[in-house]
Amino acid sequence: MSIVTTERLAALAEQITAKAAGAVTGSTIAFGELNIEARADQIVPLLTLLKDDADFQFQQLIELCGVDYPERPLRFDVVYLLLSLTKNLRLRVKVQTDEDAAVPSVTGVYPNADWCERETFDMYGVFFSGHPDLRRILTDYGFHGHPLRKDFPMTGYVEVRYDDSLKRVVYEPVKITEYRAFDFLSPWEGAQYALPGDEKAKV
Amino acid sequence: MADDMTPLPTVASAEADVALVTETKVRKFNINFGPQHPAAHGVLRLVLELDGEVVERVDPHIGLLHRGTEKLIEARTYLQNTPYFDRLDYVAPMNQEHAFVLAIEKMLGLAVPKRAQLIRVLFSEIGRILSHLLNVTTQAMDVGALTPPLWGFEQREKLMVFYERACGARLHANYFRPGGVHQDLPEALIADIDAWCVAFPNYMRDMDDLITGNRIFKQRNVDIGVVTRQEALDWGFSGVMVRGSGIAWDLRRNQPYECYDELEFDIPLGKNGDCYDRYLCRMEEMRQSVRIMRQCVAKLAETPGPVMTEDYKVVPPRRADMKRSMEALIHHFKLYTEGFHVPAGEVYACVEAPKGEFGVFLVADGSNKPYRCKIRAPGFHHLQSMDWMNRGHMLADVSAILGSLDIVFGEVDR
Repeated sequence: MSIVTTERLAALAEQITAKAAGAVTGSTIAFGELNIEARADQIVPLLTLLKDDADFQFQQLIELCGVDYPERPLRFDVVYLLLSLTKNLRLRVKVQTDEDAAVPSVTGVYPNADWCERETFDMYGVFFSGHPDLRRILTDYGFHGHPLRKDFPMTGYVEVRYDDSLKRVVYEPVKITEYRAFDFLSPWEGAQYALPGDEKAKV
Repeated sequence: MADDMTPLPTVASAEADVALVTETKVRKFNINFGPQHPAAHGVLRLVLELDGEVVERVDPHIGLLHRGTEKLIEARTYLQNTPYFDRLDYVAPMNQEHAFVLAIEKMLGLAVPKRAQLIRVLFSEIGRILSHLLNVTTQAMDVGALTPPLWGFEQREKLMVFYERACGARLHANYFRPGGVHQDLPEALIADIDAWCVAFPNYMRDMDDLITGNRIFKQRNVDIGVVTRQEALDWGFSGVMVRGSGIAWDLRRNQPYECYDELEFDIPLGKNGDCYDRYLCRMEEMRQSVRIMRQCVAKLAETPGPVMTEDYKVVPPRRADMKRSMEALIHHFKLYTEGFHVPAGEVYACVEAPKGEFGVFLVADGSNKPYRCKIRAPGFHHLQSMDWMNRGHMLADVSAILGSLDIVFGEVDR
């Protein structure tokens, strides 16, 4: 599938780092794809450069999404997937943020970032400063919490049903007691707990 | 009887009441379109601001079919996740699976046997016809014609029987697996697909006669919902939405995957970027898909061989081997309990799905489950342009434009 050579990607990474003047903090090439890590406060000038500069021409924002790493101080990645139709290249730009710090909105550069940023806000609670209308998009009207965060339970907190006596839909706390999360990782490799009978092996 | 009724107000008193309200010329009002409306193509709620019959603003409310697919995927092994992709764009299920298995294969560095590639391409093109048949005919229905969907669904039914004969399910196939496809196709099925490919152009001609030159269909679609080249780029359009505006961009040609680079097909382009051009593009793409399918059928006849890789750390061993080989039995047990592990990293894989670029951004942490799986649905990006595409159009054009965007809520809401 990959038609772009690693050398071409490495050259592109160098070019971007040189032109972006401090906005880029690092780059990696893996699986034939180029990753650029950038400073969150510089994302608008960086994407403007990538879109408008004749050397890059990334005309399209293919996707914008969040990734949650709760153990990190800056727990969220915001990932921008770009595509250049003229150069037939793809590029990924990543910035880091946390629950409070807002990432500048890129709706002025790529208009379709509008809904993507709304979705990222809805799913992760990442704020985007300068967004024209940062509402929830996919979850229910009046929903609380950000479902794709790693600390949000799979079942959620409320369930809905139609109550025939009240003649309306009611929200209630989730009644399911146990979520069927099986641990299929091998007990033979790196189990952190002692298996019953293991103590006899040392006697 | 007449004495019991309250007397009707006289004309003079009615006039007196009206006179208390000052007369205004404002004709603006908001209406709610959907979520249960036949032309909403699923569960779309549109809040429309109108000036008389002219649309001034559209605010699409989506998420009514949100099932938290991306959250569910994080809690399941890679193999357990492929069925979720059938349920995204349920009109062309296998095309979605394709993107997901390509992402896994990219991370694992798996090579897919030639025969499996041909089968994948064959069924991707069946999916494309399934999707375009539904879209083209229901778009005709949105503007007032009832016969096209009835005819189209007859053909779709035949294609779904091919799905069923390949994998056992009409809709939710779970047929593409990392490393190949689940089972080989029976000879009779390949022959029947070929026979269908011969017969289908007749149906296409009927369809052409019925819709393409139809006066009402043209009145409702020509010059409606025009998208310029720049707008198509800015708003992240893909698939027919960019090709309808005259941009020659097709992932099957520009970033070929599987064996598309060995197959011959043309890519139709629109000139005006209106609803009618997008309709014409879809019609021609169906003909091209049939062309690709016939090439695949011919190549399948001369390409015997496995339809899965032989790497038993990823794909299950054959049933017969499991009866005799202890190692095969262990592989089977481990694959269906723990599942295979994918090395840590991030990849983006995409396919030219019928509706546009369908992609999967996969973050793996080295375990047996995806750490994050972002699904890039083309419909999501197309639907958000409802606002500017509809401005200045009449209320009746909303359904025509929505129809030409080719929206399926399974993938928009995920």
